[in-house]
Amino acid sequence: MKTFDYASPATLQEALGLLGRFTGDARPLAGGTDLIAQIQERRREPDVVLDIKRIPECMRLSLEKDGLHIGAAVTCSALIAHPAVRERFSILAQVASLIGSVQIQNRAGLGGNLCNAAPSADGIPGLICLNAQAVIAGPKGRRVVAVEEFCIGPGKTVLGRDELLVELLVPEPPAHSAGSYLRFIPRAEMDIAVAGAGSFVTLDPKSNRCKEARIALAAVAPTVVRARAAEQSLTGQPLTTSAIERAGDLAMQAASPISDVRGSKEYRLELARVLTRRTLADCAKQLGISL
Amino acid sequence: MTTTEKQPALIGQRIAKVDGLERVTGQAAYGADIHLSGMLHGKLLHSPHAHAVIKGIDTAAALKLPGVMAIITAADFPELTQEAAISGSSEYSIGAANLRRLWMAHEKALFSGHPVAAVAATDPYIAEQALALIKVDYDVLPWVKDIDDAIQPSATLIHEDLFTHTLGELPKKASNVAQHVEIGNGDIEAAFRDSDVVIENEYRTQRVHQGYIEPQASTAQVDPSGHVTVWTTIQGVHWARFDLASILNIPLGKLRVVPMEIGGAFGGKVYPTLEALCILLSKKSGRPVKMVLSREEVLRMTGPTSGSIVKIKTGCKKDGTLTAFDAKIWMDSGAFPGSPVAGATLAGFSVYQFKAFHIDGYDVLTNKVRVQAYRGPGAPQACFAMEQQIDLMAAKIGMNPLAMRIKNISKEGDPMTHGRPHVKIGFTEVLERVKAHPAWTSPINGPWRGRGMACGMWMGGTGNSSAHLTVNGDGSVSVVVGSVDLTGTRTSLAQIAADEFRIPLEKVLVTVGDTDQTGYTDTSGGSRITYSMGTAVHRACVEAVEKLKGVVAAQLKVPVADITYQNGIFKASNGQSLTFEQAARTSMRRGDGPVTAVGAVRRLKHAPTFGAHVADVEVDPETGKVTLLNYTIFQDVGRAVNPTQVEGQMQGGAAQGIGWALFEDYVYDEKGNIRNASLLDYRMPTALDLPMIGAEIIEVPAGDGPFGVRGCGEVPIVPPIATIANAIANATGVRIKETPFTPERVFWALRKAGKA
Amino acid sequence: MTKKTITPTINGEPKELLVDQRITLLDMLRDELHLTGAKEGCGNGNCGACTVHLDGLSVDSCLVLAVETTGRSVTTIEGLAKGGALDPVQAAFLNNSGMQCGICTPGFIMATKALLAKKPNPTEHEIRTSLAGNLCRCTGYDKIVRSVLALTKD
Repeated sequence: MKTFDYASPATLQEALGLLGRFTGDARPLAGGTDLIAQIQERRREPDVVLDIKRIPECMRLSLEKDGLHIGAAVTCSALIAHPAVRERFSILAQVASLIGSVQIQNRAGLGGNLCNAAPSADGIPGLICLNAQAVIAGPKGRRVVAVEEFCIGPGKTVLGRDELLVELLVPEPPAHSAGSYLRFIPRAEMDIAVAGAGSFVTLDPKSNRCKEARIALAAVAPTVVRARAAEQSLTGQPLTTSAIERAGDLAMQAASPISDVRGSKEYRLELARVLTRRTLADCAKQLGISL
Repeated sequence: MTTTEKQPALIGQRIAKVDGLERVTGQAAYGADIHLSGMLHGKLLHSPHAHAVIKGIDTAAALKLPGVMAIITAADFPELTQEAAISGSSEYSIGAANLRRLWMAHEKALFSGHPVAAVAATDPYIAEQALALIKVDYDVLPWVKDIDDAIQPSATLIHEDLFTHTLGELPKKASNVAQHVEIGNGDIEAAFRDSDVVIENEYRTQRVHQGYIEPQASTAQVDPSGHVTVWTTIQGVHWARFDLASILNIPLGKLRVVPMEIGGAFGGKVYPTLEALCILLSKKSGRPVKMVLSREEVLRMTGPTSGSIVKIKTGCKKDGTLTAFDAKIWMDSGAFPGSPVAGATLAGFSVYQFKAFHIDGYDVLTNKVRVQAYRGPGAPQACFAMEQQIDLMAAKIGMNPLAMRIKNISKEGDPMTHGRPHVKIGFTEVLERVKAHPAWTSPINGPWRGRGMACGMWMGGTGNSSAHLTVNGDGSVSVVVGSVDLTGTRTSLAQIAADEFRIPLEKVLVTVGDTDQTGYTDTSGGSRITYSMGTAVHRACVEAVEKLKGVVAAQLKVPVADITYQNGIFKASNGQSLTFEQAARTSMRRGDGPVTAVGAVRRLKHAPTFGAHVADVEVDPETGKVTLLNYTIFQDVGRAVNPTQVEGQMQGGAAQGIGWALFEDYVYDEKGNIRNASLLDYRMPTALDLPMIGAEIIEVPAGDGPFGVRGCGEVPIVPPIATIANAIANATGVRIKETPFTPERVFWALRKAGKA
Repeated sequence: MTKKTITPTINGEPKELLVDQRITLLDMLRDELHLTGAKEGCGNGNCGACTVHLDGLSVDSCLVLAVETTGRSVTTIEGLAKGGALDPVQAAFLNNSGMQCGICTPGFIMATKALLAKKPNPTEHEIRTSLAGNLCRCTGYDKIVRSVLALTKD
């Protein structure tokens, strides 16, 4: 294993200063559950490991007027334990409790899950469903990128080498909405998703029809993808069994999976459909709609 | 209770582990927990190719790296003498020459992960850096992927000098088939003709790893006089010493193998893995060397059990009487011979009685890591095929599958496949218990749910065991045994000794000794320790009591023949008596000297164990996922010395079988590299994948040995795969004939049948 | 410079240690401090044998860098028994035979301790879910789960 330097800056400014000065590969460290394993297995060989856990902005978890601020190093456990997250952003609490074991959840967070940019990331579909934004700091100041646009390929993100993810900003879900995420794994726990689906539905309370639907699929494309045709098929429609079935079928169109050690392409397509249906049915249940 | 009749006080009691305290406090020292001053860290360089000629190894650059103290390759092994090649490991199936080539590739690398060089350095980072500097020149050869590949007439040969070992006509051409076992009885053609139902199928199982949580770890120190000490995590120190001494050409008396606590083995730590490499590195560097495998290395270079193909035809009459079977079994042994095909043909097919049968078994080589033993070796693969055939035939004739089994089970005196008769067994009692139990009789509620059962047997291990016992002056007893404790045998052996003396358990200390401290003892495996070593300890106790009688007689001035020992009291016919503790104290002054005793056991009769498992599953037809709802094990254990530990053996074995059935598999890329060499993707069951596992103990005492004990650890892994396959078939109407029953495999099988 | 001085508190004892920046918390505990109760079963957070508490929360110590622990408190299995008396979780695993070979036991005990601190009366399902990050290959988990259930009030 190559030697590396470890730094734990106390402020964002200090962190950006360090990032600007380093010439080699500098990797931010949040929970480390991906990064440290990757270093141990020689899949990444950084020159510098930049621990962001002393940076207050990266540890912030608070509900403000503009939404929920989740610092880049906030752990899954902290999210699960936060009453407002459980009550008003329940899909995020659901997702956080699916990522790894309790031991992993005590270290890992959605920020690291996003930056690791795995196609199978369980954290990303929920964030996309809630229209979350990634707040990025760099030498020229801050910029905001939709989580949906953040990953550009397996392990690749829009982050520049002198930039840092500071936090995720999740707007408060509208009234009459519900979200659900399911991932499929062979065991009951501890596996990487063979496929995952997150659905989020907002109802028009007058007509009881879908005002908006957002569906995001994991592990069926190089990045987490929106199932737009499925979403559109639901807009303006009541959430019925047949509408949900159709949305499930259409979700397959958004998927372009590969075959690998965890599942075949064909099987993943089937799962995309089943999981989309099941998450939509769960949304319906949460919204008091009997199917 | 009368005081004159001996009542077992401790046998049959639920005693907490006598060595549990060290385990709950983190004090128990396992293979990797040793630190010696000046110790170096060893690392291995592995072949990245599944099959390649090694043209040259250049270690010059690596040796120049500061901190690198020694590098070894196959060239550092002494030439293997003919005598050593024959005698090393002669007790078991691999043989010294192959064992050595398994440790370190010689001339050819035979699987991806095969060690080609080892480095010892002052820290693990330097050792790893050095590995990158070693240049190996390979000539990559085509690799033999699997059984289908290996048995083609045009297959690439793994060993050019391998000729099939067979009792029939010896082949003239080398092949990848190391052994052909053929056994049979009766006229199978006639028996099939006489059948009302004949069903033929092919079943496949994948390789699965024992999955011990502790990776192999060894440390060796060679002192200037040539004395070698190895601290290691191994199932049997005496076997290890024998193998290492033969192969490294070290006199037995100069080699001490010290057993560390062992963090799970299940057959996978029978043979040495790193010990010889540590010894050679220590010899070369003059410093102690420790090596610990990573999990990736465990999966790449330590032995799983064989994958298999079983083609089987079975027949029965309309009334359920079994008529004939004809089976062909191929087992993948990896790069060297030694699959458990013989175990499969015996234990796998001696459960029921057929009028006639015929079995061909083949030990087939592939360019994969060589297999090792795994709990009930060979039996689960055969059981997977046979027990599904029984269910299929029962369904065809409309008979209850349990009734069909009961009708055909083997009983005492019935022949096993090798022709010798079954001894006293408790199979009938096991199935009678199933028949009356709610696990079998309760209704199954809900769609896509089903129940399955399967039975299995294991011969039980016997082998050599030695125990040494000392009666201490305060009435306590020290017992030193040569058998490594894998499963809690210190506790059961302490119970046996305390029970025999009728003294409190706390008065007995059982120690697992090293090769210098203990008499020759075979490896801990095959469910043999409580049975065989238990008998050795019992014999030592009997001998100690006789010697104590002499002490008491001298003290009481009566003839020895006048002394009896019952319930902890030595009594003379004149009414005088001494307690065990008083006798022990007296032994320091009277009699023939300190009271010590030796128990040694050569071979007991086999004490076979039968088990039947019942499982309820639910299948998700949309994803193919199988959820285990209930699981119950019924097993004849002869006599449960410690029912809690016996249940633990049953539950643990079943859990491994369940993992084999549902999750576990090796995935290879097109070049022969394992793609799932981690505990993320080599999926063993978690706590959430399993329900509470019912363990019904049935006690039909074995005919040999002092207590009726039968070895209980192997058979629980035999029925689970078939049990779950039968439950899935019951739930869905679809039969899965290949492991693992992953969601994807089940899903496509359901889809093919128009059910998903 | 490959080494760095760190100042964690280990089992209640403040320490000052010079460590390689690459070393994991697990390797530091085992190789530098000879606290070998935490075990390495997989090296990538999939078996839980290396579970320790970091500021009271259970973590896989193979996925923590030693340099991260400055100013933080680490508790290992060796720090659980107080004044010669076993922690109730240790006693429960001992008395209910929640172990066989014992290699996974320290990890299970640390994970259980953390679970009960958060949720004193977990159901069987909650126990199984919370312990899913700890693999045991000997027991089939039955007696481990029963050991934890023995610690609940119901």
